[in-house]
Amino acid sequence: MNFIDLLKRIPEICKTPETLPLEGKKLILDFVTWLGSLVGIAVPPWVLTLVNILVVIVAIIAVFLIMFALMSVWERKILARAQNRYGPNRVGPWGLFQPVADGIKMLTKEDIVPRNADKVVHFIAPIVMLVPALILPVLLPYGRGMVAIDLSVGILFFFAVGAGSEVAIFLAGWSSRNKYSILGAMRAIAQMISYELPLVMSAVIVALVAGTLSPTGIVEAQGGYQFGFFPNWFVFTPWGFVACVLFYFSALAESNRSPFDLPEGESELVAGHLTEYSGFKYALFFMAEYVGMFAINGLLVTLFLGGYQAPLPFLTFIPSWCWFFIKLAFLAFSLVWVRATMPRFRIDQMMQFAWKFMLPMSFAALFSAAAWHYAGRGLLGWGISAVLVAIPYFALGYFCFTRHHSADNRRYLFSE
Amino acid sequence: MNFPGSGIFKGMVVSAINLFGSYFDRAHAKRLITEQYPEERPTLPEASRSFPFLVFDGDPEKGIRCVACKICEKECPPQCILIEQDRDENGKLLRRPKVFNIDISVCMGCQICVESCPFESIRMDNIYEVSSYDRFDSLVLPKEKLLKSNEYYHSIHPTEAAETDARIEAARLKKEAAAKAAAQKMAAAKAAAEAKAAAEQSSQPESQA
Repeated sequence: MNFIDLLKRIPEICKTPETLPLEGKKLILDFVTWLGSLVGIAVPPWVLTLVNILVVIVAIIAVFLIMFALMSVWERKILARAQNRYGPNRVGPWGLFQPVADGIKMLTKEDIVPRNADKVVHFIAPIVMLVPALILPVLLPYGRGMVAIDLSVGILFFFAVGAGSEVAIFLAGWSSRNKYSILGAMRAIAQMISYELPLVMSAVIVALVAGTLSPTGIVEAQGGYQFGFFPNWFVFTPWGFVACVLFYFSALAESNRSPFDLPEGESELVAGHLTEYSGFKYALFFMAEYVGMFAINGLLVTLFLGGYQAPLPFLTFIPSWCWFFIKLAFLAFSLVWVRATMPRFRIDQMMQFAWKFMLPMSFAALFSAAAWHYAGRGLLGWGISAVLVAIPYFALGYFCFTRHHSADNRRYLFSE
Repeated sequence: MNFPGSGIFKGMVVSAINLFGSYFDRAHAKRLITEQYPEERPTLPEASRSFPFLVFDGDPEKGIRCVACKICEKECPPQCILIEQDRDENGKLLRRPKVFNIDISVCMGCQICVESCPFESIRMDNIYEVSSYDRFDSLVLPKEKLLKSNEYYHSIHPTEAAETDARIEAARLKKEAAAKAAAQKMAAAKAAAEAKAAAEQSSQPESQA
């Protein structure tokens, strides 16, 4: 083997975009072996394993941090356009280098630690926040055969690790010794635990139907096309649609995004648990929030939107990993769209929504999925499950979330 | 269409219309009204004013309207004007300022100097990019920087400048008319005196005779 052969392989790899990342990884491993032969030693297998792991880690971290940077400017742009403003357009073409300016600003800021803060915990909190967020993307299948760790209990592991960010938020709030921080952290915990339930419930439904907890297996279960053109994604079944919407809103709440951004509601709590953070630590929190958001939406793509599957049979020429990121980009756009539209919830409304609507609806979707399965997964099952989710939806909407009293005989609730 | 959750869809449609409208329907009057400041400048309304300046007609040395009467200096509430009258080589006071400084970091733009000036000399400018790192060299405007032509005045405040010009013209005509009347009066008096003298001359021989 020599270096020229390795170079010759590059154009060959580029000819098949479907397997480009996998072949690229192999190329890097062969390059390491070649380096070893140059020195005159056989590279031990543990070094190759280590290099393999490093390549994957670097690739995932780089991709997600680039996405974070792009998202931070894209979000501001879309938000501005929805409000008929221009948004950032000063740094670079169309303001594309805004993240660079933001990063420099963040890094050069003074890192303030309050005098009475618990300094160790205050320092650890952003790290505890970022680490789980960076572990989450490891579990997602980005393309055919492209998953860093193909865990058979991937979904379970995802939620177990994802819950770590709650601890970090409470660490941040508690260590800051600031009433706004602790109130924001308490709100965040209340919100995240409440919404964890419908989040996990809707994922459980998919796991039941697909018969596996492995993300790759779930994506494979959504492969193929009904009638030759209609994708078998779970979102196109009634129970799947409901579970997908529930998952989407729970994901919004989990990642503390508008309209569930009560923990950071600046009109009430300054900045919640972020109040006493500045400079690089604040940037770490911000980064963790966005990476976590991408990860949980990547899971949504995996569970409901068919992961890396193409939406129509003739579109399979676009590589599978492209489809994953196209879907993720669409979801990211929809998040900003929702943020541009909806005002912040009131705390009691938020709790009501979680316990009185989302949780019953996730159970309804579970029953509906069971009916769909036992009716033979065909059109009949489709109809039965549609009825089974429509009835609770309209009943809950009518009895719990519609005002039936006029202004004259208005009952004043405790919170009002 | 009214079902539980329909309000969310209506809201989403509204924000989507605004979002895509800002790209494809830019002619709409309410879209993207932000002024991109350093590239785009606002067209200031005619009545806008910032700091005073001195008007001159034609030549900045000879055409200066100010006669250094110091009324504005006395009237100025924050006392930001400094005037020194010019003298010729013999030490005789001239009707023009030697020094005319306005400290625009003190000036509050009240326009009292403009209203008190009897010679239509000091007027309000509408410059707004005068910020600077230096307190004295660039914010205390000397006479050279304050002097601006009547044409410039017409370009920023056309109505007001036209009124001022009309007033000056009327005053000039009135003065001319008065001078003419005085000249006529003088001529008439001279003629009367001559006639009287002639009559006296003609009557003298008669008395002698």
